[in-house]
Amino acid sequence: MRRNVGTKVLGVLAAALLAFFIQGIARNSAVQWRVVGSYLFSGPILTGVLRTLLITAVAIVIAIVLGVLLANMRLSRNRVLQAVNGIYVWFFRSIPLLVLLIIAYNFSLLYAHLSLGVPFGPAFVSFTTTHVFTALTAAIITFGLQQAAYTSEVIRAAIMSVPPGQVEAAETLGMTYWGAMRRIVLPQAARVALPPVANETINLCKSTALVAFISVPDLLYSVQEVYSANFKVLPLLVVATIWYTVIVSVMSLAQWWLERSMRIDRRVATIAVTAEVLR
Amino acid sequence: MSAPVLEAWNISKRFGSEYAVRGVSLTVEAGTAVCILGPSGSGKTTFIRCLNHLEEPDEGYVFIEGEPLGFTRRGDVFQQVSRRELPRQRRKLGMVFQQFNLFDHMTALENVTEAPCKVLRRPKAEAHAAGMALLERVGLADRAHHYPRELSGGQQQRVAIARALAMEPRLLLCDEPTSALDPEMVHEVLQVLGSLVAEGMTMVTVTHEVGFAREVAERFVFMEGGVVVEEGDARNLTTTGVTEERTRSFLAKVL
Repeated sequence: MRRNVGTKVLGVLAAALLAFFIQGIARNSAVQWRVVGSYLFSGPILTGVLRTLLITAVAIVIAIVLGVLLANMRLSRNRVLQAVNGIYVWFFRSIPLLVLLIIAYNFSLLYAHLSLGVPFGPAFVSFTTTHVFTALTAAIITFGLQQAAYTSEVIRAAIMSVPPGQVEAAETLGMTYWGAMRRIVLPQAARVALPPVANETINLCKSTALVAFISVPDLLYSVQEVYSANFKVLPLLVVATIWYTVIVSVMSLAQWWLERSMRIDRRVATIAVTAEVLR
Repeated sequence: MSAPVLEAWNISKRFGSEYAVRGVSLTVEAGTAVCILGPSGSGKTTFIRCLNHLEEPDEGYVFIEGEPLGFTRRGDVFQQVSRRELPRQRRKLGMVFQQFNLFDHMTALENVTEAPCKVLRRPKAEAHAAGMALLERVGLADRAHHYPRELSGGQQQRVAIARALAMEPRLLLCDEPTSALDPEMVHEVLQVLGSLVAEGMTMVTVTHEVGFAREVAERFVFMEGGVVVEEGDARNLTTTGVTEERTRSFLAKVL
């Protein structure tokens, strides 16, 4: 009883503090809400939002595909594959994201030309690095490769959570290793991997703000461009904040929805109810 | 005369330096059923898993209808097959596991149709019809759209049998198919297996059900310590019918 009163008092206090804080920002004239409103849906900002989403989406897809490959290398009995995986994860976890990003941006200093051809033999096509490797591709590849080092560990844990009997059953039915991986193991591993991978996607989305350092016009960079011209720094940072919050909220909702639709017992319950109704 | 469905030559399997199976051979002719009995730790499960290379034998060969499993024959030379070829060879062997190992994310019907669709590339409608017929066969047509977790152990095992049969195997390997079941469900599974043998299915079963072995199988193999102690006519599986003392004392304990 007494504990109950205590929590209620704390709750009221917390709510009051929150209201006070929100009111403080809402009525702060430095924010200039009218300016915020006028830029929130303006062209350059929306393009920036889309570019942030693009980098996040492509990078996480690269990370998941590469992560599945890396996880399988680590789980393989082949020592060489294990070692390659180990070196990859070690390398990409060792370097700060920002450093990696700047190196990728200056990739042309490392290799001036990129060619497609026979190793040590003739090249079929050759590109000037700076033409193919724009700042945007450099950013996407950097985020994808680095995220893969982390995501592969999540995927490895998820794969290990699937009982070995599942693979054995698949093998006795004549499935190949990758057939069993794709049809039997990964669908079951996905349920385990989804919450941490969603978490990483949200984290990645916010990390993409670093691309402002290599002048990729993402959300943050677009905002900076505007305020460096009109000096309305705070209102434009509020615009960026609002958009990042919206993006992350939508991602969280998507995660909730995905998790719900992946829960087998839930799906079964829905089917059973539908069957009852139809009867 | 055609080659036996299964011929295992001198199979040995070590874990570390310990032999789990040492020099076991077995021949199974088409349409016959063999039961492997023995105390736990006798190597019978390891042996049956060697038969489809879930465990790769350290020594010895398994021949399926004369074809060496895991190898191709070039004259007198055996050449190890690729990882793609082994699955193709394995299709001739179905397997039923102690823990059922149904695919948890698929319904009973999807479990049965998965391999025909994805491995044999059968058209969906055809695989579906065949799958329903198989579920009917094991008495579970009304559970086709249920997930494994909604089925009892006995029902899951019967779905697992239907799943193995969907690949039309030449031989069914059963590794303690009733050991994980509650006593009242043992019967329904043994009944399905018995009727398969009656219809001419070739089968190798590791089991503790001596009554089942006596009734359904032609031959029994008794293993202990990784070797075959005795083999003979399954009808002789009584304390007075067997010849070896170790077989007799085992039977005295389980009968």
